[in-house]
Amino acid sequence: MKKYDVVTTISYPKKGAQGKTGNWRVFRPVLDKSKCVKCLQCWMFCPEATIIRNKDDTISIDYEYCKGCGICANVCKVKAITMEREAEKK
Amino acid sequence: MAVKDLPMEECILAGSAACPGCPATLGLRMVLKALGKNTIMVVPACCTAVIESLYPNTSFDIPVMNIAFEAAAAGASGVEAALRMQDKGDTTVVAWAGDGGTYDIGIQALSGALERETNFIYICYNNQIYSNTGIQRSGATPYAAWTTTTVGGKREFRKEMGDIIRAHHIPYAAQACVSYPEDLYNKVKKAKGIKGPKYIEILAPCPPGWRFGMDRTIEMGTLAIETGAWALYECENDVMTFNGKSKLILDKKIERKPVEEWIKHQGRFRHLFKPERDGKKIKAIEDYTDKVWERYRKCNP
Amino acid sequence: MTVIINTGNYIAAKAAVMAKPDVVAAYPITPQTTIVEGIANYVDTGEFKGEYICVESEHSAMSACIGASAAGSRTFTATSSHGLLLMHEMLHWAALARLPVIMCNVNRVVGPGWNIWADQNDSISQRDTGWIQFYCSSNQEIFDTVIQSFKLGEHKKVLLPVMINYDAFILSHTSMPANVPDQKDIDGYLQKYKPGWKLDVDNPITFGNIIGPEHYEKVRKAMQDAQENAKVLIPEIANDWKKKFGTYHGDLIEKYKCDNADYILLAMGAFGAESKVAIDELQKNGMKIGLARVRTFRPFPKEEMLKLGKQADLIVIDRNISIGSEGALFNEMKAALYGKSDAKAYGFIAGLGGKDVTYKDIEKMCKKVVSGKAKDFEWYGLEG
Repeated sequence: MKKYDVVTTISYPKKGAQGKTGNWRVFRPVLDKSKCVKCLQCWMFCPEATIIRNKDDTISIDYEYCKGCGICANVCKVKAITMEREAEKK
Repeated sequence: MAVKDLPMEECILAGSAACPGCPATLGLRMVLKALGKNTIMVVPACCTAVIESLYPNTSFDIPVMNIAFEAAAAGASGVEAALRMQDKGDTTVVAWAGDGGTYDIGIQALSGALERETNFIYICYNNQIYSNTGIQRSGATPYAAWTTTTVGGKREFRKEMGDIIRAHHIPYAAQACVSYPEDLYNKVKKAKGIKGPKYIEILAPCPPGWRFGMDRTIEMGTLAIETGAWALYECENDVMTFNGKSKLILDKKIERKPVEEWIKHQGRFRHLFKPERDGKKIKAIEDYTDKVWERYRKCNP
Repeated sequence: MTVIINTGNYIAAKAAVMAKPDVVAAYPITPQTTIVEGIANYVDTGEFKGEYICVESEHSAMSACIGASAAGSRTFTATSSHGLLLMHEMLHWAALARLPVIMCNVNRVVGPGWNIWADQNDSISQRDTGWIQFYCSSNQEIFDTVIQSFKLGEHKKVLLPVMINYDAFILSHTSMPANVPDQKDIDGYLQKYKPGWKLDVDNPITFGNIIGPEHYEKVRKAMQDAQENAKVLIPEIANDWKKKFGTYHGDLIEKYKCDNADYILLAMGAFGAESKVAIDELQKNGMKIGLARVRTFRPFPKEEMLKLGKQADLIVIDRNISIGSEGALFNEMKAALYGKSDAKAYGFIAGLGGKDVTYKDIEKMCKKVVSGKAKDFEWYGLEG
C-alpha cells in the first residue's frame, strides 16, 4: 500500500475502519453446526461479510465485527442459527 | 449462478459504519463480487459515503472517489475518459448512488452521462428515501409513505425512473433487489461485459427508513417482488425481459400478492392500518401497482 | 516559433491543446464559447488527441475534470460568469482535493439582467475557493499564462487548480498577435503530469470520505502552504519562460514606469493594459505616476504591495465590487499595507457591467487623486 504525501482527504483500507463493531450487538447469532446444511444463504446475505465461509462450505462467525442484525438467522432455511442475547457484562 | 459459485473475495472489509442489516452494504458487497478488484467507484453524498467510515481509514478495498451529491455521473464520465486515455479502458468505472443522487439532485448529470454514452455502470441503490440525512422523502418514495418531510404520508406517487432511463435507449438497463443476489450478480456481470452506458437499480429495503426489524431486510425485498411493488427486469437494446417471479406476474402465470402484504410490515405505512385501516389509500396503491404492470405488459409489443 | 493573430479565446484554445491535456470537459457560455469551439475544431483536425467531453452543465464540467484529474490525467476547461458560479461548489472541491485542473475564465458580468460584457465579479467572488488566480491583459499573456499554469498547478509543491482570467470581448474576442512556440518546445517545457495522488486499482484508496474536526484544518493549512510555494514559483516560472521563449508579463505584478513615482496605480486585466496608455500620457504632462498591474490575485502578492506602499501613494481601480464593502483589490491591498506603511490609498470602482473605461477615464481618476479632490473610495462616474 503506497501512502501519498499530499495532505488531503485520502483514506486507506482497514478492517474495522469504524472500530470493533461487534460491540454494537444486543443479540448474537449462534450456530448449531449439527443443523447446518451448508446452503451458504447466511454467507451470501450477511451485509458485513462477518459470516466466514470455510473451505468445506461450513461457516464461522466473526464476532469481532458482527453487528448482530439477525439476517443470517432470518434467512437460514433450517433454523441452524438462532439469535441469543449478548451475555450481560459484569 | 449458484451461491457456491459466488467469488470468495470481499472488497468491503468488516467493521464499516453501516447500520446493522443495511441493504446498501449487502448490495455493494454483491456488486463488487461480480466486478472484482479492477474497478473504480464514484460515490456521491449518500449512505455509502458514510459507510466508508472515517478518515484516515476506509472500509472499501477498491479505489473510491467521493464527489458532491449531484455529480456522480459527471465525475464518472471524467474518470472513464481519463482511464481510456491512459490505456486502462478495461477498468470498470461504477457510479454508485442512492435514489436521492439519482432520481432528484443527480438526474441531470445521469441523463447527460447516458446521452454521452459514457462507458460505465451506473448503479442506484434505492431505499426510497434520502436515508443519509435521516429519512426525508425523495422522488423515489412511494405514495402514502411516512418520511420526516411527509409526516402524514407522501401525497404523490413515485417517479418511474426505469421509464426515464429506458428513454435514453442505452444498451442495458435493469432492476434488481438485494433479496435476489444471484440475479443481481448476473445482471452486474452482464453489464460489465457490455460497452456503453449501463444502469442497474437495486431495491434496498432500509430498516430504520422503512421502520422494520433489522433482521427482516431480505424479507422486505422478497415481498416487494411478490406483491409487484418492485419488478425484476432487464432491458437490452430496448427489449424488455422480466426475471423470476416478476416474469410470472407479468405473464399472469401467478397473481401478484396484494401490496398490502408488503406495506403492513413497515412502520412507514403504519398510519394506513392504525388506528384504522385506510381502505381508500390502500386501494390507490393497489390501483397504481396494477397500472404499472399494465404498462410493463405493453412493452415489447 | 510562429506568430498567430487571433482572438484571446482562440489563442487560449491553442495553448490548452498544446499543453496536451488528456481530458477536456466544457460547456459553452458567452463569451467563452469560442474557446470550446476552438478546441472542437482541433478535435476535428486531429491536433487535439485527448478526450473532449461535451458535458450538460458547468457543474458537470468541473465534476468531470475532477474525476479525470483524480484518475491521473491532465485536465482543462473554460467558462465565464454564470458558468463559473454554477461550478462554485466544485471549485472548492477541486482545490481541497489538490487536483491541478487548469481553467480559463472569461470575466463577464453576473446577472440578472443578462449582460455579456466585461466585469470581474465572477472570478473575484471565487477568491476564497483556493484556486490560484491570474489576470491577463494581452493575448500573448493568455497563451503564456495558460501553459505556465499547467507547470505551476502540477508542481509537486503546489498541486492546486489554476484560473486564468481575462476580460470579456476586450480580450476574448479581440485579435492580437501572439508568438507561439513549437509543439516540441512546449512538450519539453511541460513534461508528463505526475499526480500527487490518484485512483489506482493497484493501490486502492478512498478519496473524500468523512474527515473529523481534528484532521480537516491540516488540509486547509496544506493548501495555504501550497499557495505560499506558488508565490515563490510564479516569478521563477515567469523568468524561465522569458529566457526560453522571450516573452514576459511580470510575475506576481508587472511594474510599468514606476521609477521615482509618487503615485502608483494598481489595476487588473484589461484595465492594466489601458492604464499603460494613461501612464504614458500622465507622465508626458509631468505627473510622477507609475503602474503596478496585478497579474496574480491568488496568492495575493502581499510582499509586493508592501514594497509599492513604501515607495508611493496607491490608487486602485477595481472592475468588481463586494457589495457592502469595497473593491476586492483595494480591500486586500490595504490589508497588506496595514500597520506597515504610511501610503495613502484611493480606490475607484469603474467599468462594472462592461462599461467602457478608456485611458482618458483612467487619467481623470489619477488627476483627481493628485489634485486632492478624490475621496478615499468612490464609484467613478457615479459620484463626485
